[in-house]
Amino acid sequence: MKKTINITALLIAIFISSTGFASSNVHLDAADTDISNKQSLQNGAKLFMNYCSGCHSLGLMRYNRFVEDLGIPEKAVANNLMFSGEKTGELIKSPISEKESANWFGATPPDLSLVSRYKGTDWIYTFLRSFYDDESKPYGVNNHIFESVAMPDILWKLREDSSEQEFNNEVRDIVNFLDYVGEPAKLIRGSIGTKVIGFLFILLILAYLLKREYWKDVKYGKWRVKN
Amino acid sequence: MNNNKNWIDQRFPLTKVWNEHLAEYYAPRNFNFWYFFGSLAILVLVLQLITGIFLTMHYKPDTVNAFASVEYIMRDVNWGWLIRYMHSTGASAFFIVIYMHMYRGLLYGSYKAPRELLWVLGMVLYIALMAEAFMGYVLPWGQMSYWGAQVIISLFGSVPFIGPDLLVWILGDYSVGDPALNRFFSLHVIALPLILVVLVFLHLVALHYVGSNNPDGVEIKETKNDKGIPKDGIPFHPYYTVKDIVAVVVFLMLFSAILFYAPALNGYFLEAANFVEANPLKTPEHIAPLWYLTPFYTILRAIPPILGSQFPGVLAMFAALLILVALPWLDRSKVKSVRYRSWPFKVALGIFVVSFVSLGWLGMQPVISPEWYLSLASAIGIETETALYLLLARLFTVCYFGFFVLMPFYTSIGKTKQVPQRVTE
Repeated sequence: MKKTINITALLIAIFISSTGFASSNVHLDAADTDISNKQSLQNGAKLFMNYCSGCHSLGLMRYNRFVEDLGIPEKAVANNLMFSGEKTGELIKSPISEKESANWFGATPPDLSLVSRYKGTDWIYTFLRSFYDDESKPYGVNNHIFESVAMPDILWKLREDSSEQEFNNEVRDIVNFLDYVGEPAKLIRGSIGTKVIGFLFILLILAYLLKREYWKDVKYGKWRVKN
Repeated sequence: MNNNKNWIDQRFPLTKVWNEHLAEYYAPRNFNFWYFFGSLAILVLVLQLITGIFLTMHYKPDTVNAFASVEYIMRDVNWGWLIRYMHSTGASAFFIVIYMHMYRGLLYGSYKAPRELLWVLGMVLYIALMAEAFMGYVLPWGQMSYWGAQVIISLFGSVPFIGPDLLVWILGDYSVGDPALNRFFSLHVIALPLILVVLVFLHLVALHYVGSNNPDGVEIKETKNDKGIPKDGIPFHPYYTVKDIVAVVVFLMLFSAILFYAPALNGYFLEAANFVEANPLKTPEHIAPLWYLTPFYTILRAIPPILGSQFPGVLAMFAALLILVALPWLDRSKVKSVRYRSWPFKVALGIFVVSFVSLGWLGMQPVISPEWYLSLASAIGIETETALYLLLARLFTVCYFGFFVLMPFYTSIGKTKQVPQRVTE
């Protein structure tokens, strides 16, 4: 029995450890975000609303959802982060039209609600820090991990005004906020999980004791092996 | 209390059913680890049915709203994320449990007489479960939902003569679209669950009629005491019910660990590409079904097209499934359990397990060869026309079928050990 369990565990380990997916060979920097850091999330929300929301929607997210989750006063958001007279219960839609933006940039800026889930936080973190000067492109910039991207280097001013360390931290906060937007439940599921597993652990002890008590019948009592 | 019981028993065989299937259903006393997975499969089925009911209340089966409605469940429905993750984790958990359950059958010869029909019902269940999982995976209408469906359904188009018409009949359209999504939804939430529940019922009826096998492969009904109770049997309730509760709690702990800490499990349970809405104009660079279908997907890919038709591959894939049904008649050994089998069977089973797992792994790989293989090949100066993974896929496909086709031979050679009269502890 021990042997069979060992073999099973080995098979499962082989299965889990194989990184089975098509991965491009681009090196990505670790974003190292911490979703439990409220301050970082609040700063990320502020930066996103100021730098990104002009073109990118978060079409699956409502203003009042992140207001509540991140503990930002609703007034502060309404006065400082909402720029075109929306209501706080509305979805976060960029004010530009899809058709016009496709004309202006050559591509419609994608909705970023789930970008952290399909691109991953490391990718966004690296992407935002990988712009370089390239005079052949319409905006004079190109990107190391997204060749010929139709997006200007929107954070250039922020990068120029801060040290590399500070800039990395600002980008990390934006990525952290996008990670939260990709899955708002991520804020709470870990702590709920700990409670659930804690409860199950206590239940396991009780269940085991119950089993042991009943199986005394099988080992020594009326159901023991008879010839 | 007793009066009520009598009143019911005169009108409905409550006590009779309770006794026949639980309190006086005698199961072998020597069940081990592998015997938990039948009960666990029922637990997961119930979990899927209940979470499915709540998901259906909020999901919209139409191509415009489907993707957003799943995200609506994840965000705006109270505890929707928990229900959705239970359902998605439950799908993979179902297959883990079922694969362990089937492997148990192979280990201890649980498919051999008199349990052939029990095994056949189980195999039909397994195939129905795969269909159920496939249809369910289409519903979130992400890129993998759409393209996975496109690939799998197009297989029907390769059937000679009637293929193209069959395809239109299945899809209700010329490609995967709104009519297909609607019918998959219907099949996923009512037709297939109904079939699954009925088959599980029949599977249990057959099991309780012939009685459970055990790790020794000894028929406990052959040695009864003067009351007609098998000497090596103990009542399923309470002894195995309390034992199964322990297994259920352990299972739920592992289940919760994935559910709460890594619900996507690094792309194995929820693929990253499926968080992009279906886009018929943009083919993803790599299309693979979820892990539980990949062994058969690899067999499909391993067979080269003949006369420009993919049909042989499709046939091989379905043959790989259907050949499982024939297992009870392919095995000629007089011995059930691996404990007393001859060495050729043990070797064959080992090769089979390695092949099945490898086929599964290969199904998740892109077709390109890894760097080390290409450089090794060029170093020794051989042409690498056929990719490494394709070669491996063919090798393991041959091993997979070999396990079944050669079974009548290798199960009749070699020396088996003496099976004891009674179960061992």
